[in-house]
Amino acid sequence: MHTGRYDALVIGAGFSGLAAAIRLAQFERRVVLLERHALWGGLNSFFKRGGRRLDTGLHALTNFTPPGVKHSPLAKILRQLRLERDQLRLGEQSHSEIVFPGARLEFANGGARLEESVAQAFPAALERFRALLREVRAAEPFAADAVRGSARARLAAQLQEPLLEDMLLCAVCYYGSALEDDVDWNDFVILFRAIFLEGFARPEGGVKTLLDLLVRRFKEAGGELRTHAGVRRIRHDARGVTGVELDDGTELEAERVFSSAGAVETLALAGRPEPDRRPRLSFLESTWITRQPTRQRGHAATITFFSTRERWRYAQPAELVDVESGVICCSDNYASATAPAEGIVRVTVPAHGPRWCALQGEEYERAKAAAVAQALDAARRFVPDPRPDGALADAFTPRTIVHYTGHVDGAIYGSPTKRRDGRTAIPNLFLIGTDQGLVGIVGALLSGITMANLHALQASRA
Amino acid sequence: MNREEIITAVKDIIHTIAPDEELSNLAADVRLRDQIELDSMDFLDIVMELRKRYGVQIPEEDYKELATLDGCVSYLGPKLQGKALKVGV
Repeated sequence: MHTGRYDALVIGAGFSGLAAAIRLAQFERRVVLLERHALWGGLNSFFKRGGRRLDTGLHALTNFTPPGVKHSPLAKILRQLRLERDQLRLGEQSHSEIVFPGARLEFANGGARLEESVAQAFPAALERFRALLREVRAAEPFAADAVRGSARARLAAQLQEPLLEDMLLCAVCYYGSALEDDVDWNDFVILFRAIFLEGFARPEGGVKTLLDLLVRRFKEAGGELRTHAGVRRIRHDARGVTGVELDDGTELEAERVFSSAGAVETLALAGRPEPDRRPRLSFLESTWITRQPTRQRGHAATITFFSTRERWRYAQPAELVDVESGVICCSDNYASATAPAEGIVRVTVPAHGPRWCALQGEEYERAKAAAVAQALDAARRFVPDPRPDGALADAFTPRTIVHYTGHVDGAIYGSPTKRRDGRTAIPNLFLIGTDQGLVGIVGALLSGITMANLHALQASRA
Repeated sequence: MNREEIITAVKDIIHTIAPDEELSNLAADVRLRDQIELDSMDFLDIVMELRKRYGVQIPEEDYKELATLDGCVSYLGPKLQGKALKVGV
């Protein structure tokens, strides 16, 4: 184990931390990646239950493009991390759907099926939808002067069809908005491409396949991964960051620190709390293994975004959970080299972080069981109820997310306030991950890569 | 390093960064960017690899000198003088 000074220290071995750490280690920098838990992955990890390996986060790897397509976010990530596409062993979705009262949209990878579906469900809005597609395709969301603002306002003006507007926003917000009832226009462009124009895939074997590759790559590049190494303090002096203190009292010195702990969380570790009181979005997820594969149970869609309300809401719910809208993911409906032996149904609904975090003991367990039942009662309108055929069930709440990620209120997409340049008030302390602005697995990887490039590799090369 | 070695060194670095690109028929006097897919992130990596393998420091204002293989030869020639080619690192 290296005991001297590190060139770079990365807090959190989730996807952004792993990507940043690989980039830094690739160029002979002494890099240490610290993870508080026994296992890496952060929000997107895995665990064993009843002899099966379950994923905690992964619904889909977005941004699926066929082999050979260059200039895509996926291709950039592979190049930057020196990974080969075949290693990901991606299986594509069958198709996915957005189901609202009075309308249903279907989409598959590549975008054509969505356009056909809009033509059928919203013929009067088709030309306006096509104009939106052109705009999304022509945008340059990664440019420094990218256009920002309310995507909802732009969609309302562009589409003039509130139901279509809500349906598109539903999928986009669930897969990446930290804002209530809206998403930043530039993020909308990134996510719309990732979800609708590129698409969904799953690595064979789930998130572990991806994590194993990244951890191996980091170690090959000479990096040091320390688990059970939670950071309790970030040290700094007048010139900037100097290192960290671990939970067990160990002190590590570093030239630069990259933190995926979140903006507020990171500044609190540095003794500079800056509370941010805007509501954060969190979720409850109920996962079921069924004895029969989902397709044999009569359901072919991979992902279903649903709302039972006419006007869809994406907000911190008034109660513990809001089951009027959510996402259902049937992971066994991804293409796979081996036919699935069992089914997997996951139902995810908005949850109130602070309320869940306040519950204790039996009260918490009772609330969790009740919320799971409510969510499944709502979801069975869209997918065969997994309970009668259930072989194994598990659930996470915002409290679980706080435990495993340390993110305030169990926020999945972080603070509504993003710091796109990754800088903090403390020199050489940088943010990566959800609060830097890019979310999802692909977004997190890009966040780690771009911040390591900008703040370490480019900065010190000359 | 002589001209051929410098071209081999640069191609080997590009192959590390972009293993899916066909490099055997690259013209030395045409911009690399016009022959294969290389974006600014990839150019950063070429520079980082040159530093890592050969200890060559290249300031950002000089990136343009690396636009073609001919450019690489004339710009890197003096910097790589007396250094040994490292391939497949």
